Amino acid sequence: MRELNVTEITEAVASLCIEANHHLDEAARGCLKARAEEEDWAPAKAVLAIIEKNIGIAAEGEFPLCQDTGMACIFIELGQEVHLTGGTLEDAVNEGVRRGYTEGYLRKSIVADPLRRENTGDNTPADLVLRLVPGDRVKITVAPKGFGSENMSQIRMLPPSAGAQGVEDFVVSAVEAAGANPCPPIVVGVGIGGNFNRVALLAKEALLEPLDGANPDPFYAEMEERLLKRINELGIGPQGFGGRTTALKVNIRTAPTHIAGLPVAVNINCHVSRHASVVL
Amino acid sequence: MEYRLTEPFTKEAVRNLRAGDQVLVTGTIYTARDAAHKKIVEMMDRGEKPPFDIADSIIYYVGPTPAKPGNPIGSAGPTTSYRMDAYAPRLLDAGQLMMIGKGQRSAEVAEAARRNGAVYAAAIGGAAALMAQCVKSAEVIAFPELGAEAVRRLYVEDLPVTIVLDTEGGNLYEEGRSAYLQRT
Repeated sequence: MRELNVTEITEAVASLCIEANHHLDEAARGCLKARAEEEDWAPAKAVLAIIEKNIGIAAEGEFPLCQDTGMACIFIELGQEVHLTGGTLEDAVNEGVRRGYTEGYLRKSIVADPLRRENTGDNTPADLVLRLVPGDRVKITVAPKGFGSENMSQIRMLPPSAGAQGVEDFVVSAVEAAGANPCPPIVVGVGIGGNFNRVALLAKEALLEPLDGANPDPFYAEMEERLLKRINELGIGPQGFGGRTTALKVNIRTAPTHIAGLPVAVNINCHVSRHASVVL
Repeated sequence: MEYRLTEPFTKEAVRNLRAGDQVLVTGTIYTARDAAHKKIVEMMDRGEKPPFDIADSIIYYVGPTPAKPGNPIGSAGPTTSYRMDAYAPRLLDAGQLMMIGKGQRSAEVAEAARRNGAVYAAAIGGAAALMAQCVKSAEVIAFPELGAEAVRRLYVEDLPVTIVLDTEGGNLYEEGRSAYLQRT
């Protein structure tokens, strides 16, 4: 067994929270640039230019790209040959979020109770998704998630007879209903299959995929392309002012499901498609 | 069209702005989000004076990140406006001049803006570091316990916004989309 002190996890989470909020990765910047070049509508081009300028200002000055520095969504792939010492994983992760959001001047956006709504003051607790994997490494991904886009996400339990067409129609209708609200151009994470809870997680994990890749399954790679084309024919455009660039990318993740079901979830992210990872 | 809007902010100055116009705002504006709107309306219900004069005011829907040392404010882009729809007509009827946020509004808000000669403008969602550079000073003037959601008085220079709802019922989200779809 490899021993790993959880303070290393705390330190990694803290710095990833800050890095993800200040810097878009190269794939996201490249995707934005490519979509801006394809855009031919003047008001849309103007908005995309402002978005590019903001990315430069945030990176240079080490400022948050967006004032909604999000709920800290944290994904850990824990090698089952790792023995964690010095405390619990959950406490270590929350301490990392607390430190990252406080020392990094990030906004604290979490309320302790959904109805009584008192701010916890340090952006904890994190939304932690833990997966045990083979090996002796620990992979940590921090994806701060803003709620302007989260609020526009939808889930639907379709009948199997709805098929691919039903899935695609639902995804497009969710994007159209969201309109200007989630700060388009958006990234669309789609989960298909699993069950009610699993499908929502699939959609969120789809948002972690790099924006310059394609689905390894050609069947779903084609569906991603088809969906992106339909979404970018809606005319909503950057910020909803009209234009081609409503979405930057559609990513699909799937899982086995029940003979009676076809769950679909659409998790929307804005153009500030933030995530940062490290392997310990 | 591109315009500059400077103090004193008046109904007269916004009356001819149309959906789609780009406006650079310079002057004193106020921040308020969901929790502050709720408190302000409750104060008005109790007959108390709100923390700032609502008449001819510009309210920016923003909850900024904490300011780094040496900066007046942290990143400061718009939050989604529909969450303020329940309160906005009340403030518009009290004379509010402009709402700055992003995203769709209810029919009630659009109608309240029209009947009061007020406008709704969108700032670029997600361009928060860029917009922070337009904020020259910031001061919490009410509800400090709300943290990011406290009411702040800001002095902004050339804050870039786009008119979405104008005084004649124009709506950029509808018009911009249909203009793009009908392009030749």
